[in-house]
Amino acid sequence: MTAAGLTVGVETAPPRRGGRPGRWRWYLVGAFVAFAVVALVRVFTGADDLTSRGTVAAALTAAVPIAMAGLGALWAERAGVVNIGLEGMMVLGTWGAGFAGYQWGPWAGVVFGLALGALGGLLHAIATVTFGVDHIISGVAINLLAPGAALFLSKQYFTDAPGGGQKQSPPLRDVPHITVPGISSWLRSLEEQHWWLVSDLAGVLGGLVTEVSLLTVIAALLLVGTLYVLWRTPFGLRLRACGEAPVAAESLGVNVYKYKYAAVIMSGALAGLGGAFLAISSSQFREGQTGGRGFIGLAAMIFGNWRPGGLAAGAGLFGYTDAMQLRGSDAVHALLLLLGIALLTLAVVQFRARRVTIAVTAAVLGVAFGGWYFVTDELPPELVGAAPYVVTLLVLALAAQRLRMPKADGQIYRRGEAG
Amino acid sequence: MSTESASPANAVELTGITKRFPGVIANADVNIAVRPGTVHAIVGENGAGKSTLMKILYGMQRPDEGTIAVDGAVVEFHSPADAIKAGIGMVHQHFMLADNLTVLENVVLGSEPRSRGGLDFATARAKILDISSNYGLGVEPDRLVDELGVGERQRVEILKVLYRGARTLILDEPTAVLVPQEVDELFGNLRELKAEGLTILFISHKLDEVLSVADDITVVRRGTTVASVRPGDVTARQLAELMVGSALPVPELRDSTVTDEAVLDVAGLTVRTGDGRIVLDDLSFTIHAGEVLGIAGVEGNGQAELVEALMGIRSPSAGTLTLGGKVINRMSTKHRREAGMAYIPEDRHRQGLLLEASLWENRILGHQTRRPNVRGPLLDIGGARADTQRIVDEYDVRTPSIEVAATALSGGNQQKLIVGREMSGDPVVLLASHPTRGVDVGAQAAIWEHIRRARANRLAVLMISADLDELIGMSDRLAVILRGRLVSYFDPKAVTPQELGSAMTGATGEAER
Amino acid sequence: MKRLTPRAVALAVAAPVGALVFAALVCVVILLITGHSPADTVEAMISSAKRPRTSVIALNNATNYYLAAVAVAIGFRMNLFNIGVDGQYRLAAMLSAALAGASFMEGLPSFLRIAMTMIAAMLVGALWAGLAGFLKVTRGVSEVISTIMLNAIATALVAFLLNPRRLAILEGNDIRTPPITEGGWVPNIPYPGTNSEIHGLILVAALVGFLYWFVLARTRFGFELRATGLSESAAVASGVSVKKMVFLSMLLSGAVAGLVGMPELLGGAHAYSLNFPPGIGFIGIAVALLGRNHPLGIAFAAVLWGVLDASSNGLDVAGVPKEIVVIMQGVIVLSVVVAYELVRRYRVRLEQREVGRALGTTKPLEEVSA
Repeated sequence: MTAAGLTVGVETAPPRRGGRPGRWRWYLVGAFVAFAVVALVRVFTGADDLTSRGTVAAALTAAVPIAMAGLGALWAERAGVVNIGLEGMMVLGTWGAGFAGYQWGPWAGVVFGLALGALGGLLHAIATVTFGVDHIISGVAINLLAPGAALFLSKQYFTDAPGGGQKQSPPLRDVPHITVPGISSWLRSLEEQHWWLVSDLAGVLGGLVTEVSLLTVIAALLLVGTLYVLWRTPFGLRLRACGEAPVAAESLGVNVYKYKYAAVIMSGALAGLGGAFLAISSSQFREGQTGGRGFIGLAAMIFGNWRPGGLAAGAGLFGYTDAMQLRGSDAVHALLLLLGIALLTLAVVQFRARRVTIAVTAAVLGVAFGGWYFVTDELPPELVGAAPYVVTLLVLALAAQRLRMPKADGQIYRRGEAG
Repeated sequence: MSTESASPANAVELTGITKRFPGVIANADVNIAVRPGTVHAIVGENGAGKSTLMKILYGMQRPDEGTIAVDGAVVEFHSPADAIKAGIGMVHQHFMLADNLTVLENVVLGSEPRSRGGLDFATARAKILDISSNYGLGVEPDRLVDELGVGERQRVEILKVLYRGARTLILDEPTAVLVPQEVDELFGNLRELKAEGLTILFISHKLDEVLSVADDITVVRRGTTVASVRPGDVTARQLAELMVGSALPVPELRDSTVTDEAVLDVAGLTVRTGDGRIVLDDLSFTIHAGEVLGIAGVEGNGQAELVEALMGIRSPSAGTLTLGGKVINRMSTKHRREAGMAYIPEDRHRQGLLLEASLWENRILGHQTRRPNVRGPLLDIGGARADTQRIVDEYDVRTPSIEVAATALSGGNQQKLIVGREMSGDPVVLLASHPTRGVDVGAQAAIWEHIRRARANRLAVLMISADLDELIGMSDRLAVILRGRLVSYFDPKAVTPQELGSAMTGATGEAER
Repeated sequence: MKRLTPRAVALAVAAPVGALVFAALVCVVILLITGHSPADTVEAMISSAKRPRTSVIALNNATNYYLAAVAVAIGFRMNLFNIGVDGQYRLAAMLSAALAGASFMEGLPSFLRIAMTMIAAMLVGALWAGLAGFLKVTRGVSEVISTIMLNAIATALVAFLLNPRRLAILEGNDIRTPPITEGGWVPNIPYPGTNSEIHGLILVAALVGFLYWFVLARTRFGFELRATGLSESAAVASGVSVKKMVFLSMLLSGAVAGLVGMPELLGGAHAYSLNFPPGIGFIGIAVALLGRNHPLGIAFAAVLWGVLDASSNGLDVAGVPKEIVVIMQGVIVLSVVVAYELVRRYRVRLEQREVGRALGTTKPLEEVSA
């Protein structure tokens, strides 16, 4: 994102060789190998929580708001608009869910949260698309405005409500959870055997089919839906063209402003949905509930290379580290080893691509993290909160050439610049 | 449509087209008749009026007078969409493609076939492959545009217009960015398109290529059509003369101030672009004190890269640069300037000025390490202001004060300020890139006079220009750059239009292939 | 610096004033919709503002905001977004507080202690910002993203270090760095009518503002910095090393950011705890925007923000949620940027016409490159 910034030092991704179907196969293999390593680390360290269903369930709950924020960021940036105001839009979502949720049930809360988030998106769209305000500034303004507005409204409407207070809403009911009947219990027994890989798989799958919130299901559907809409429909193609080459799109008759508006409003709505999920799964709206998840979502999008699949993986990963924080120090400590291994793998990859300085840096960092694991007994929980950001920074610093940002991301576009 | 009578209607016919802009007549009484199923070339120098003409034909501009007829019927275009509907497709010189999207996505954008709410990839793919094989374009729909070479991208642009049903294609300087093999491939494609009955309008200034592929040639000079010929009826030299005009300006007689002292020496300079294309090819020349070396050439043959390499803005891949006996390859731009290199950039708005800053702040630009602008680490604002006033007075920069922002001045006055600034500080060599482009006649004369006076004071000047008046009038020696090489040296007092035009356009017969 | 004609001044203030008026109108509407009386709100704020204690709080807030805004503005002048001021100042405040409270500081003379504390803060801030600058210059990582990430990492680091097992101590229910003894305090300025005092380092803030103006307007380095921000291509052609400038300005910006927490630390809290005022970095962005990156403009904006904040304290008691002021501040940011752009376009047109009038001609259209 240069967003009206300087172009110094920017390195772009070289053209990809090899077809697209091949890529998916590689990812699957890579994911499986990574999982096997995690399972190995579990056995080695005895930190059963690494792959327990409890952790996975917690990870899922933590991942959904992040994923929704990240998806919002994705929609906006694919149309060329940088949206760092997601945090603010998420806050609006939490408040909306609190407001409608305690009065008319959780689903009303979801709708309201979504709508308020969309309103935030609309504001961002008006500022950036119509008035040409710099995207970052608009985002910062919304991040200042939204929490203030939410607290204002909270004091206004929740203070006298039963169970509420100045900074929190009355309690909210949760949406229904679903469990896949037979498989769930069978997986549980498998997990308790603690066999390498098999039990780990059982644990993970168990977490995915037990007591899953309907909102999680909706979130997953949205991820898949985004993949379909943006990559397989004319609407999506035109939207992405606005983020890649708006001049070319306009020369072919695409109304660039319209698609940017649509994308940014959708972006706000998704952030709002993430906020609604957060409020509902915490059973109430609380001030400061979002805790920076809007930014983690941004990080997840970058980690996922601006694609829904990668975004889901990133959100899952960050949700996982989030969940680990709550589950105990053994598991958290093992994360260090995992990070070290990941960095060393990256070092090898970079070395083979002949980027020696980066490879060496990655190797040194990998050894450092691995060493940190072996030298200490535990990882302080406060530092785990920094994990998503550290990981994203590492990706940006060491693997930037793999990233493919939409080419016109952050550009202020004025109609009529074509021809 | 339209091809039944004994003489079939012209695919496109322009009659009496005239277009005026404030202060300049871009096209005057242009008449072009394009026979169907032919490659029709339109040749002319930069500034001759070619691209305005094409914008009119493509619907981006409306003519003030005259008519356009397509397949015998008069039409009026209000926008590119109208032109597309009439079957005219434009392939721009600067491609309009999204790198991160596939070929298929780029081609169908805006005209996507649909099926049940989604994009009908199968239909699109089939149609693209169909067009591609019919016209021999060899395009693969599922590749990312980013992976494609320049020639392939051009074919995608051609496919884009064919996909939308174009029967007449306009190609604007299509070979400007191609290497020789790609040019051959392109011409092969054009012949196939022609064989299928399509009509091609080919805009170019490269006479050797035009002669090899065109069926008809129209020459445009200074906004009007001067001739319509068939390639077989004319030689390259005659064509060059038509393009350039039969009379070259007569240089003023003046004493030579050229000395023996070499100031700037360039040996074996080679510059490549990011993707490996050679833009400067083993260039060597020397400029002496008191000498003006003019470099003529059509734009895009390496001039911009030459100046950037000399100034230190671009790194050469090979070659040695020597200033006053010292090798400056490793010197930063700042140090080169301190060593006496002055620079009048081609694009004054992007490289020569801070548009939103005041005139005296702009005077400091490029000279912020020397007096009178600085004293040690501090700016000497009084000194800068006084010197700016001096420049304004000496160089006749028309402005109410030195506090106004540079953007408020006219182009000519901006350029005079830049010239005045660069000449201050006693430079030893001046790199002047199109120094009087976009400048009114009065300012132009003034700038020339200042350069002549500095030349008499032993300044060495490298002057790159597309204005032959300027080159012939100012240079002691004239070189021609073509495709990154200096191909000929001329004596400005003795060169003929044919020689110059031929060298600039490669129509010498010894053209590199 | 442009001439100070009446018209120039009028144009310069048109945008912020317009934005303020617009924001005020929006808030009036919000108050009406939610059933509060705008008149009562304004009255509550004014009566709160009249109290001397409020003036002190406003000035103290303004000092912090000013420093943060200058830090942001240094980046803005280079087209760099240092969103990381928030993380930079908190990390700097925490670490320098730990240093200042360390036992070995006891015996040192006051001046030395204060100087060491402040220099430590500046170094930490510069380092944290320098990380982002380094990543930008070597790997092209957008400073927007990296500073956002570093903000969060700084939060985690501070949380980690602010623990009795590491740099903090437990005092009753409070976890904080060891308190700085009086020898390390900066004397405050008393204000008539109240026991609250103005933080002494307001003078440092003024000095920083002066240096900011001086370096940018009067030194070679400042000229190159401004040139790079105005036109990167022209700066490169003029010999500026853009990479060096980017890195240096991030360092400078971070150093000033480090100072943001100093007035509060050395004049008020005397220790770092989790109650240390958060979010000043983002307010700095707003103030810099409102003040148009100009040292005096930022000062006015900082004072305005400080007054708004301080007088909002009386609102909760009056039944109006004090966040209405935050809403107003957010709206101001948005509207002021739009307003600046509109005014700028108008001013350019005006100047072109003036030049044309003065010379008797209008600017001719550039020769069409046909």
